[in-house]
Amino acid sequence: MTVLLAATAATLFGLGTYLVLQRKLSRIIIGIALLGHGANILMVTSGHRGNAPIIGNGPDGDVADPLPQALALTAIVISFGVSALLLALAYRSWLLTSDDEVQDDLEDRDVARRGAPDVDLEDMGTDAEADVDDVAADAAEVGP
Amino acid sequence: MIALVLAHAAAGLGILAAGRRAQRGALAIAALPAAATLVWLAAEASGVLGGDAVAQAVAWVPALDVNVDLRLDGFAALFVLLISGIGVLIFAYSARYLPPSGEGVGRLIGLLALFAGSMLGLVLADNLILLFGFWELTSLTSFLLIGNEHTSSRARAAALQALLVTSTGGLAMLAGFVLIGQAAGTYRMSAVLADPPGGTAVTVGLVLVLVGAFTKSAQYPFHSWLPGAMAAPTPVSAYLHSATMVKAGVYLVGRFAPAFAGVAVWRPLVVSVGLVTMVAGGLRALRQHDLKLLLAFGTVSQLGFMIVLLGIGTAPALVAGCALVLAHGLFKAALFMVVGIVDHQAGTRDLRRLHPVGRRWRPVAVVTVVSAASMAGVPLTFGFIAKEEDFVALAEGPFPWSGLVLALVVAGSTLTAAYSLRFAWGALGLGGDRDRTSEPSQIPPPAPAFLAPAALLAGLTLVLGIAPALVDRWAGGAARALDPGVEPVHLALWHGLNLPLALSAVALAGGAALFAAHDRLAPVLAAGGRLPSGAAGYRAILRGVNVGADRLTAVVQNGSLPTYAGVILTTAALLTTGALVAGGGWPGWPSLVGSAGHVAVCAALLVTAVAAAAVHRRFSAALLVGATGYAMAGLFVVQGGADLALTQVAIETLSTVLFVLVLRRLPDRFESRAPNGRRAVRAAVAVAVGVTVFALALTASGSRDAEPISGEMVERAVPDGDGRNVVNVILVDFRGFDTLGEITVLSAAGIGIVALARAGRRPGARGDGADRSLRVRHLVVVDVAVRLVFPAVMVGSVYLLFAGHNQPGGGFVGGIVAGAAVALRYVAGGIDDVRSLSRAHPWTVLGAGLLVAVTTAIVPLVFGGAVLESAALEADLPLLGHLKVTSALVFDIGVYLVVLGLVLMVFESFGDDPRVPAS
Repeated sequence: MTVLLAATAATLFGLGTYLVLQRKLSRIIIGIALLGHGANILMVTSGHRGNAPIIGNGPDGDVADPLPQALALTAIVISFGVSALLLALAYRSWLLTSDDEVQDDLEDRDVARRGAPDVDLEDMGTDAEADVDDVAADAAEVGP
Repeated sequence: MIALVLAHAAAGLGILAAGRRAQRGALAIAALPAAATLVWLAAEASGVLGGDAVAQAVAWVPALDVNVDLRLDGFAALFVLLISGIGVLIFAYSARYLPPSGEGVGRLIGLLALFAGSMLGLVLADNLILLFGFWELTSLTSFLLIGNEHTSSRARAAALQALLVTSTGGLAMLAGFVLIGQAAGTYRMSAVLADPPGGTAVTVGLVLVLVGAFTKSAQYPFHSWLPGAMAAPTPVSAYLHSATMVKAGVYLVGRFAPAFAGVAVWRPLVVSVGLVTMVAGGLRALRQHDLKLLLAFGTVSQLGFMIVLLGIGTAPALVAGCALVLAHGLFKAALFMVVGIVDHQAGTRDLRRLHPVGRRWRPVAVVTVVSAASMAGVPLTFGFIAKEEDFVALAEGPFPWSGLVLALVVAGSTLTAAYSLRFAWGALGLGGDRDRTSEPSQIPPPAPAFLAPAALLAGLTLVLGIAPALVDRWAGGAARALDPGVEPVHLALWHGLNLPLALSAVALAGGAALFAAHDRLAPVLAAGGRLPSGAAGYRAILRGVNVGADRLTAVVQNGSLPTYAGVILTTAALLTTGALVAGGGWPGWPSLVGSAGHVAVCAALLVTAVAAAAVHRRFSAALLVGATGYAMAGLFVVQGGADLALTQVAIETLSTVLFVLVLRRLPDRFESRAPNGRRAVRAAVAVAVGVTVFALALTASGSRDAEPISGEMVERAVPDGDGRNVVNVILVDFRGFDTLGEITVLSAAGIGIVALARAGRRPGARGDGADRSLRVRHLVVVDVAVRLVFPAVMVGSVYLLFAGHNQPGGGFVGGIVAGAAVALRYVAGGIDDVRSLSRAHPWTVLGAGLLVAVTTAIVPLVFGGAVLESAALEADLPLLGHLKVTSALVFDIGVYLVVLGLVLMVFESFGDDPRVPAS
């Protein structure tokens, strides 16, 4: 890890974040792709550099760290799958609305505006509360 | 002991499980464990009351010091007597109270049995956490019992209130237990009480435990749930809410008092809360017209009295408290049973509507008068004996403010006498309106078996009132279990003319006077009703919680995805940065640049990434992201990952094709720029995340101090994995399980893609060129070129698959290259050309790949190996020479098929025009 690589990864993360916060699904997908690239940089550069990890090509001690490479390979393939799924979402959005903007969730907006319905707390049902009036009525009857 | 608790549980659960088949007859089954407990108690009583305790321990979670420790000592024995004795009587009473069959009858009986078991466990528990568990079980069964008539909204509301109040208290109690247990080093209650810890944490813990006890025993200001709980059927009220469950708090206070009474906060808190409760409860009781509510408030008042006595903690007070617990159980249960009888026969509990009872009701009248007299403290009843002991203890007790406490207790006793008189007067029907209810009552009297349990309790009260020495050992043994310094107890009817006797006389006289002057006092009492009540406070708290939750939700959850994502990312960035600043050491700056190659690659990366983020056209953005991917492949080459670079290039190519496939439909430009304010906020979040990642990367990479484990993998690749490409060996052999998960994820993604893209379409025949609008103009040159190149690319992909174990390659790269070949066919001839490649559906290919991979994982089990264990086959073939094949190759073939299937599915989803119906 060098400062240059860390800065590159950080920039990619920043750009990716900026794009993920947009409203157009296409930009969000590009943002996620950039985030994936940034993460891959972090992963691969966490292992030491060297020759390609094929036994027999050179002295075994010079070989680059193979484990982060295997992890990054997995990550690349899965990000491909995720991008494909998100593109399917964009496709469906186009089918339904001819555009790929991520709309606000109307249900949430309703809850925020209206407030949740009140739980039925009013019916506590202790006659003790009603007793107050009865005793007062008794007192009125009997007189001072 | 464990067996007894389990027997209760089994009886209760069995009755509940029987559902509708369990009716009133189940009472016999439910009463069995309670009767068995009584028998067992009788056997153990003499030893336990003499000072030896019976203990039973089963380890449960030793690491947390939570064990099933049960212990029967004198104090517990007293409570077990109440729980099981009154339990049996309640079951007998319910035999006449409940209808023979009906909805909810079986449920009631089962729940009563379960409750009895939980209460038994509570008083026998010696482990603090176990006690909490049983405490909550009693709250839960009480909730279900109060709400047994679940169609009544009043019952539901009351049950909910009881549950909320007692459970919140229980939570506070748990926190207190944890604090005390941690300070003491053990959760065994007998050990903690024998050697009590000290310190601030313990004091806070004690206050929390007291809060729990106060909520359970309905002390002010948590008392409001108990009157509400009167919505439950009378057997439930008689058992839970007078004799047993509400005494759980009293039990807890009694246990803790001898050890902790010296703590500064204990006595003032306990005594003041108890006194307030006693007086206020008594005053409320005087205002009631409903007999059951009168008793409920009376119970609240008496519980306050018990808390005061047991909380003071001096030896005489402990003895007095135990005597009062016993006396209260006897008279209160009987009184509740009488109310139930009146309600059952007359149909109403309102004392203004009851007619005066005639001759046939005389047995009931006798029981009522005796029990009410015991409550008031009239001589010759056991209540009088207990009250005498209470006054003695308070008079001579060496604790501060004892005089004031005694005076208030006498005032409370006066109120008690007054409402006892009111109850007896009301239950006998003398309280009705003059004009309406002057004739004697015509209601049939209860059957003898109905009255028998209450009569038994009243008889006991009388007997013990005349000869209290019979329970000397019980009261003494109970108190001695709490504080071994208690002297032998001598309860007697006549101690001579002394202060306590005078005080009793004062209380009785005052009570009678209060009762007689009830009409004149009515306005005063009504004025007291205008003070804020506990029930109003409860409602206000609940309403406040609801309103607050609404407001918070409105702010935080406003429906906008960028807001949610922004909040998540900002929180992640802030927390990480905070943790790094606070905890991590800065390992120092590493070198600036690794090699010249890095500079070039990073420059390319950054330029393309910034451009991809900034452009306004969708196509340009897609292509620039592809360029970013190629720059990444360059970085992998510089870093030394051959396999990785290959895979990245192939995937990026396919990815760009995919982008174009989908984005060709969408509008060309990104419309509608967001307002500047919002863009600034997004930029700020992005900068925060970037800075966090920068700091994280440098700190993490610089803090490494262990050897990487991949060195071992490099060494073992050839001997164990039979492959020279270490990355591939790791993927399909050493970490094969991860790869299996990965292809499962790919399969799931593929299914999702097809579902999303093709949902709602009319089922299409595998076409013969129905999408005419997308008909590619067949350019002969392209067509021929692709037909020549396609087989070569396919062979190349298969080569990559087979060679991957020893050279750069592998299942993933092979599958992607095969996907690229498919893309070539698509470019040449459209979706029909792709479909004509094979008769199999894309998902069949995907599924076959997954199946192959899983089989490779499972087959080694058949041969006695571990999952995914690899094996090598060597053979000398005539023409090909020495051949070595590992089972990892089969796994790789599965991976290849999955990736190829995914690409085919992608083309199947996006490749044709959805507007044209497939015929």
